Amino acid sequence: MIKKVYMFYVDGFMNMSSWGRTMWIIILLKLFIMFAVFKLFFFRDTLKNKYTTDEERAQHVLEELITH
Amino acid sequence: MLENIDVTLINWSRAQFALTAMFHWLFVPLTLGLAFIIAFMETIYYKTGDLEWKRITKFWMKIFGINFAIGVATGLILEFEFGTNWSNYSWFVGDIFGAPLAIEGIMAFFLESTFVAVMFFGWGKVSKRFHLTATWLTAIGANLSALWILVANAWMQNPVGMKFNPETARNEMVNFWEVLLSNTAVNKFLHTATSGYVLAAVFVVGISCWFLLKKRHILFAKRSIIVASVFGIISSIMLMGTGDGSARDVAHTQPMKFAAMESLYEGQTQAPLIAIGLFGSSHDDPMHRGSEQDFLMKIEIPNMLSYMAFLKVDAFVPGIKDLVLGNEAQGIMSYKEKIRRGYEAQQTLKAFKAAKKKNPAEYERLLAKFNDQEWVDNYFKYFGYGNYYDPDPEQLELNAFKIVPPISLSFYAFHIMVGLGMHFLLLFVVVLWLTLRNKIENKRFILYTALWTIPLAYIASQAGWIVAEVGRQPWVIQDLMPTMTAVSKIDSSAVMITFWLFAVTFVALAIAEVRIMVKQITKGPKEGGNN
Repeated sequence: MIKKVYMFYVDGFMNMSSWGRTMWIIILLKLFIMFAVFKLFFFRDTLKNKYTTDEERAQHVLEELITH
Repeated sequence: MLENIDVTLINWSRAQFALTAMFHWLFVPLTLGLAFIIAFMETIYYKTGDLEWKRITKFWMKIFGINFAIGVATGLILEFEFGTNWSNYSWFVGDIFGAPLAIEGIMAFFLESTFVAVMFFGWGKVSKRFHLTATWLTAIGANLSALWILVANAWMQNPVGMKFNPETARNEMVNFWEVLLSNTAVNKFLHTATSGYVLAAVFVVGISCWFLLKKRHILFAKRSIIVASVFGIISSIMLMGTGDGSARDVAHTQPMKFAAMESLYEGQTQAPLIAIGLFGSSHDDPMHRGSEQDFLMKIEIPNMLSYMAFLKVDAFVPGIKDLVLGNEAQGIMSYKEKIRRGYEAQQTLKAFKAAKKKNPAEYERLLAKFNDQEWVDNYFKYFGYGNYYDPDPEQLELNAFKIVPPISLSFYAFHIMVGLGMHFLLLFVVVLWLTLRNKIENKRFILYTALWTIPLAYIASQAGWIVAEVGRQPWVIQDLMPTMTAVSKIDSSAVMITFWLFAVTFVALAIAEVRIMVKQITKGPKEGGNN
């Protein structure tokens, strides 16, 4: 059964039309840009980056909520 | 104080989120609606065995695939932004957002990914019945994954089913069903999903009319028009119903948004609905409104706004002034009072934090307040208003007027959305009638109108989100968290850089989609299709 499902996907990818291949190239390129460029270099998690424990993160947000 | 706020950072963060969300929303509605249109087309093929219906299904499936592939994962960037630019907000809502988004991720991955593969790879390899089932499940899966993100958005518009934990500074879900089935969530999901169906129907009708203009694939085009316009008429009627429900819900839970949508400054009974209006010069200054110069022209429907909001023609609809300054006769609490109460809640949280290590008895006393429903309903409910507090009464009143969303943008977006919605319904009826009477091919004006309605459907769809999101400003979470508190205190130049990076990436992706789609549409359905 698993082999049948596996072959279904292999066969599908092997016989894909040219527009289908183009779409997969775009999807993979997009995922690469998102995760290897945007996420890695520009979108670090601010609280995880600045603080090591959840308690410190909570204290920071509490401070932000009551300071104005 | 408000003058210490970094407006540049807030504005760039908002602009970046708006850009990403609007780009993401270019793809979602077509996916939601086209999936069902394809499912109906394939059902007809399954029932009749007519190969022309198979060709029709496969063509629209290809268009669905292109849209799906370009749009897939664009929503992930929004989640990156939550963690980086909106970290205070992400922490504050943590558990509430976590559950729906996790369910959405699992559903999107397993349901859509599995059955989309069967849809595209399965022709001739699985039985017709199984293939049809996969197509239907793709449509249902896509809509169900949209449900969860819309539930999360609805919670931000109307936060229910949660309890604030002052120790962790997070809201914790106490009633999942209240979050899932609040009026706001139900209306938001139904209205947003049906708007996607209407957009997809406009898309299919428009492209089919282009084929008729080119005198190509006539049978294919006519059959596509019939399925799409019937689907469009049913969806438009549902859209009006759900829009009505949404408006009523907004009137109850976000009365300021409702007043801004109609630019209603002074509240009134038997309030008229402005069908068409054009603003005068002082349209976005809530402190200098209420004169004859507000509108250059307007056409009103008497009593309609009162009826729309409260199902009574003589119901009182509060205006911007009533909400900011209060209206004792109508039992409306002023923003000034809400600011005082919010400030009191913030001071309680501050004292709670200070007492944690120094004064255990005071700590317990203050903790009890956050567990006291009466105090929560009377003070914590207005927590976010506290950010607008100022000890000077005059400044406090000025600050209260800052809790008014951009009026003209809310008004125009709402009226454009409604006006175009009416146009779509009329178009579906006309196009269906002409197609059934076999007269559509000669009506070039109608064919061109249908074609040029495609961009209008996207404008209407984006306008709907502008009403929802701009109309609730300055709140990220209604009454609890203003945008200025939600934003991470990071360098605004970093947000600017990523804004432009996204703009370039999104434009490139949009160009790629349009080019690939136009190429495939120009090719038309693979085999035959002519009479």
